[in-house]
Amino acid sequence: MAWTREEMAKRAAQELVNGYYVNLGIGIPTLVANFIPDSVDVTLQSENGMLGMGPFPYEGEADPDLINAGKQTITELNRTSYFSSADSFSMIRGGHIDLSILGAMQVSEQGDLANWMIPGKMVKGMGGAMDLVAGVKKVVIIMDHNARDGSAKFLKECTLPLTGVKVVDMIISDVGVFMIKDDGAVLTELAPGISLEDVKERTEANFKIEKHLLTL
Amino acid sequence: MSKIYKSAERALDGILFDGMTIMAGGFGLCGIPENLIAALRDSGKKDITAISNNAGVDDFGLGMLLQTRQIKKMISSYVGENKEFERQYLADELELEFNPQGTLAERIRAGGPGIPGFYTKTGVGTLVAEGKEHKEFDGETYILETGLKADVSLIKAWKADKEGNLIFKKTARNFNPMMASAGKVSIVEVEELVETGELDPDQIHTPGIFIQRIIVSKNLEKRIEQLTTRTKKEGI
Repeated sequence: MAWTREEMAKRAAQELVNGYYVNLGIGIPTLVANFIPDSVDVTLQSENGMLGMGPFPYEGEADPDLINAGKQTITELNRTSYFSSADSFSMIRGGHIDLSILGAMQVSEQGDLANWMIPGKMVKGMGGAMDLVAGVKKVVIIMDHNARDGSAKFLKECTLPLTGVKVVDMIISDVGVFMIKDDGAVLTELAPGISLEDVKERTEANFKIEKHLLTL
Repeated sequence: MSKIYKSAERALDGILFDGMTIMAGGFGLCGIPENLIAALRDSGKKDITAISNNAGVDDFGLGMLLQTRQIKKMISSYVGENKEFERQYLADELELEFNPQGTLAERIRAGGPGIPGFYTKTGVGTLVAEGKEHKEFDGETYILETGLKADVSLIKAWKADKEGNLIFKKTARNFNPMMASAGKVSIVEVEELVETGELDPDQIHTPGIFIQRIIVSKNLEKRIEQLTTRTKKEGI
């Protein structure tokens, strides 16, 4: 069985390291917060101006002045600080955030990312995505391995307008995990019930296979 | 000279003109100057260039100025919540300049101290970099982005004293402090106006020199875009 959205988020949570400052994108990446191991202490940054993001509020306790970057109501923790958008992006652009987990429309084998625009369709904007991939130390992508029409999303070259060039370090998709290094992509893990042949068939990008490929 | 005005309409009197550039604070509908946007709509001024992270929703925030066709151009990072925006944009009735959110914040921050341009890595190799100067520093490529200023900045804060010293609340701060310093005239609407001396000088986020006019908000709606809650005992 390929990984579900929750299982992909759970796998991504394994990338969290004690003491990390982390920014989670909208969509599946937001779910990663549900799977942070008790033994790992990370601080979540929200690019609208908050460090130390807490859980959603209880019913009746939502504060319109306290939202996350997805515009959802949220709560603070005792470590929380608030700041302006300029300070927020000093953290992001200046390399002070350790890890960003984002969604993707396409990723290339060199680590190029496309996740903000489909020409000819309504363009909503890139928000903070270009800043995050340009400045954050490690960029992990969570995505469905194929588009709804079955076409490959992990490609030799992206065909959609880019968010960043050579910025992705790791892809977690429903079929497994790829690392993207200077000399190319490497498949390091297979999701349960997924064969190497399945992955090859569903991928356009060139990739090597880790010597000790982890099969679950 | 008092900076206090009795209404949003009076605070905007004499400084608006067709074709002007405004900045409006807020992230989504959080920390937006509701009264001042409504008064700008009622002024009927048109061909406005609006610099704001988002474009509000159809019937609220800057969306109200789109409905009345008063905005000619938007400079924003994300406009996904607004159907009227989409319609006008696809019909070529509205100009749109997308900036990465951090680039937008930095352009506005640069406007305040009069920095005409700066280099950033954000956007290199993307559509954002097209037509911009590229320069290498220590083997990495950067692009030139310019500072932004406004004829009038519309600001929302939590508290002000009569000097215009401001304190913002939680994530309602967002773009407001930089916009306050980047406006030729910056007008703030606040929930609470206190006597000068009542705010702790060490806790002030925006010093009064950046604020020319002050009003107290009336009938603030503070609409929530995505009400998300949990029930007791459940995790995040």
